Amino acid sequence: MPATYEPIATTTLGSAATAINFSSIPATYTDLRVIFRNGDSQPSNTHFRLNTDSGSNYSFTSLNGNGTSATSDRNTNSTTLEINTSNGSNAFLTLDFFNYAGSTFKTSLITLSNDSNGTGYVIRQVGLWRSTAAITSINFRCGGAGTLNFPIGTTATLYGILKA
Amino acid sequence: MAVTKIKTTSSFTNLTKYDSFLAGNAAYSPAAFESIASATGTGSSGTITFSSIPSTYTSLQIRYNAITTAGQFMRIQFNSDTGTNYARHSLRGNGTTASATGNITTAFIAIGDTANGTNTTYATVGVTDIQDYASTTRNKTVRDFGGMDNNGGGAVCLSSGVWLNTSAITSITFFIPTDNFTTSTTVSLYGIKGA
Repeated sequence: MPATYEPIATTTLGSAATAINFSSIPATYTDLRVIFRNGDSQPSNTHFRLNTDSGSNYSFTSLNGNGTSATSDRNTNSTTLEINTSNGSNAFLTLDFFNYAGSTFKTSLITLSNDSNGTGYVIRQVGLWRSTAAITSINFRCGGAGTLNFPIGTTATLYGILKA
Repeated sequence: MAVTKIKTTSSFTNLTKYDSFLAGNAAYSPAAFESIASATGTGSSGTITFSSIPSTYTSLQIRYNAITTAGQFMRIQFNSDTGTNYARHSLRGNGTTASATGNITTAFIAIGDTANGTNTTYATVGVTDIQDYASTTRNKTVRDFGGMDNNGGGAVCLSSGVWLNTSAITSITFFIPTDNFTTSTTVSLYGIKGA
């Protein structure tokens, strides 16, 4: 049996930074997975772009619970794919990119788990990048403009998942 | 030091004899997440079946990226059981409303977007986990997280399902009746090992 779940790259911020980037992603896997752990007091939501595409090619549909109610949101024709991490601390994300090297539009599944003893969210989200290009880079940015900083301690690990 | 080659020579004297070639080599550590099988759509069939699934794992995981020709919703069955031995509950968000639904005494477990089905252009993706699939004493519980977005429509779904049968799962049928999986469809089956 081949190894099927392999780490490709990992980043832990030793100082605050506006971006975390994974580039030169090989096309040898079936799916990609990112585990993203926010640092404390992140000042804005987590966004990402694929292949540095800044066009209005991103959208998502989400299912959200905030401890009081369940809601659903949608975002269309966006220049980034946004994940609501506005609570700031104690959050982690998983992002699954399916068939990332294929020639169809790229769909992802995203989870946010976040609790700060009184506030927090659980979010399940499906994201779309309307491009048929293979994903070769992922650019995480703090806030849509990419001008705010991810805090020290923010960690992101990229894995590749192989099929038989 | 690992054994890489042995030659018959008179210089080998007073050496410890091992019965295994693993002696001196690093211990083999098997992967915990293994690919069992994968399939791609043909464009002319709405059924993908994984059969002869070994019982050597703790749980199974299916990862799917599905595009169909008619937009039906996806379903799974186990061990070719087409009886009404399945049930399901879902929590769904369609971009406007969060809602919950369920079905009992059904002939399958719906996965992905359990209300609106699949799409003919945009992939419905998901991860389905099947716990304790090899048990011969317990019913089989399924968890699915799936969805589709087409820039203005779509939904994300969390589903639980049960197969009311205590047999070990040896085959999984992933299907869309009266519909076909396109050649862009990929369905992969993984086994997850316990310690």
